[in-house]
Amino acid sequence: MGESGTHAAIEAVVRNSYGRLVAYLAARSGDVAGAEDALSEAFGAALQRWPIDGVPQKPEAWLLHAARNRLIDGARRAQVRTKYETFLQIAGEAGDVATMNAIFPDERLKLLFVCAHPAIDAAARTPLMLQTVLGLDAARIASAFLVSPAAMEQRLVRAKNKIRDAGIPFCVPEPQEWTGRLSFVLDAIYSAYTAGWENVIDDGTTHHALAEDAVALGRTLVQLVPEEPEAYGLFALMLHCEARRNARHDRAGEFVPLDRQDRALWSGSLIGEAEKLLRTASAMNRMGRYQIEAAIQSVHADRAVSGVIDWREIALLYEGLVRIAPTIGAQVGRAVALAESGDVAAGVAALDGISGDVTANYQPWWAARGHLLQRCGRNAEARSAFERAASLTDDPALRAYLLERAVQ
Amino acid sequence: MKYILLVHHPKDTFDAPQNPADVAAGRAYGEALRAAGVFVAGAGLVSPQNATSVSVREGKRQVQDGPYAETKEFLAGFVVIDVPNLDAALEWAARNPSAAHTPVEVRPLAGSYFATGAAK
Repeated sequence: MGESGTHAAIEAVVRNSYGRLVAYLAARSGDVAGAEDALSEAFGAALQRWPIDGVPQKPEAWLLHAARNRLIDGARRAQVRTKYETFLQIAGEAGDVATMNAIFPDERLKLLFVCAHPAIDAAARTPLMLQTVLGLDAARIASAFLVSPAAMEQRLVRAKNKIRDAGIPFCVPEPQEWTGRLSFVLDAIYSAYTAGWENVIDDGTTHHALAEDAVALGRTLVQLVPEEPEAYGLFALMLHCEARRNARHDRAGEFVPLDRQDRALWSGSLIGEAEKLLRTASAMNRMGRYQIEAAIQSVHADRAVSGVIDWREIALLYEGLVRIAPTIGAQVGRAVALAESGDVAAGVAALDGISGDVTANYQPWWAARGHLLQRCGRNAEARSAFERAASLTDDPALRAYLLERAVQ
Repeated sequence: MKYILLVHHPKDTFDAPQNPADVAAGRAYGEALRAAGVFVAGAGLVSPQNATSVSVREGKRQVQDGPYAETKEFLAGFVVIDVPNLDAALEWAARNPSAAHTPVEVRPLAGSYFATGAAK
């Protein structure tokens, strides 16, 4: 392994340990910022020592041991006696976990539920998850969410203060709340997947800026709640989309819509993994929003084998999706599927049936409208719809494609 | 941790005659809080028309009729409870009969300046 390889290996271990350690400490103190603070020096020390000494057998134990001093410092500075005792107790426990063969408890699920707690500002949930579980810095998160690093930092600090000061508990929800609370976690992860765009330097194309980080969260969640079909559904959905990353743009960096993509460029291994996840999910017999969305992507992926898209099947799946999760995205998807399976007029009618309040600034609605109107020969209206769609996207490759469609 | 549950009502509901079912629901809620051992303090409030505001400006006491701010909704009642965490506080807020009509605000108490014993 070369030096950069060693460095990458260390970063992978640090990254994997980060969330586990923040979760471990925060679950005991109720203080996420305090946990991050205690660990910051430990991670710095690891990046210095490990390239020389090698990665220790139990990296988390090593890091926890390195964080102990900072915890004891924290106890010394704590003004409130109860807090002082908490700090000392955690430092003691951390010492035990680090030196003995005690099993290091994985508290990341509790941390995920805290980050996506309904008492946390909805706009802070995804950033909080990315920072506390994966250790992403505020500047990187900020650029994906199109806000200034200072504003993002403030949003994160406010959320962490609320967790500590409002007493948001580190626990998994009660059974009667489980499904609702889990859906907040799923939504926050999916929102990380779709956040912002990033230019890929090599080929001038764009992709979702935090896609890989969201996939990492999806993988973690499946490990933490292996009995939850929706967790598999979400993970499968993201992997299906990831499988097409290389096909989404042509050599010139121009956007290629899903039904025109070169299927030879799709990743067979990612599609295979996604399909396996979906089979696991459907065996559990509890249908949900993300499983249906993944199933729709699965029908598209079938084109790799069959050469055709089964639009009737897709229309049927959207019908089910709209029934359980009538989001605007699902309604637009249903309209397009109706049109593609033969009934263009029904597709246009379905688009027109969605309330104007939500469609006015929703790019996919305008793009779908342009597409369907063009197919009915209503070219003037199609043109203005495509132009409106182009003005509503922040992805430069997609904007160029939509403007091109406008003049066809 | 101690939390205060704040209930705000529109002004006209203060003047309307009290519905006996609402009174019974309020009493039952209070009893449930006591039975669970989480009740610290609480009361319903009379109409804001009967409120008087006091301030001290440049050493002079100023007394004004009515509440300070001109708002549509006024504090109608509060409960202070002592529970382990926010989820438990939200649970009690959801059981408050007023939650069916108006949001119940849940806020942790800061360290107490007035009474003996800290907020924790």
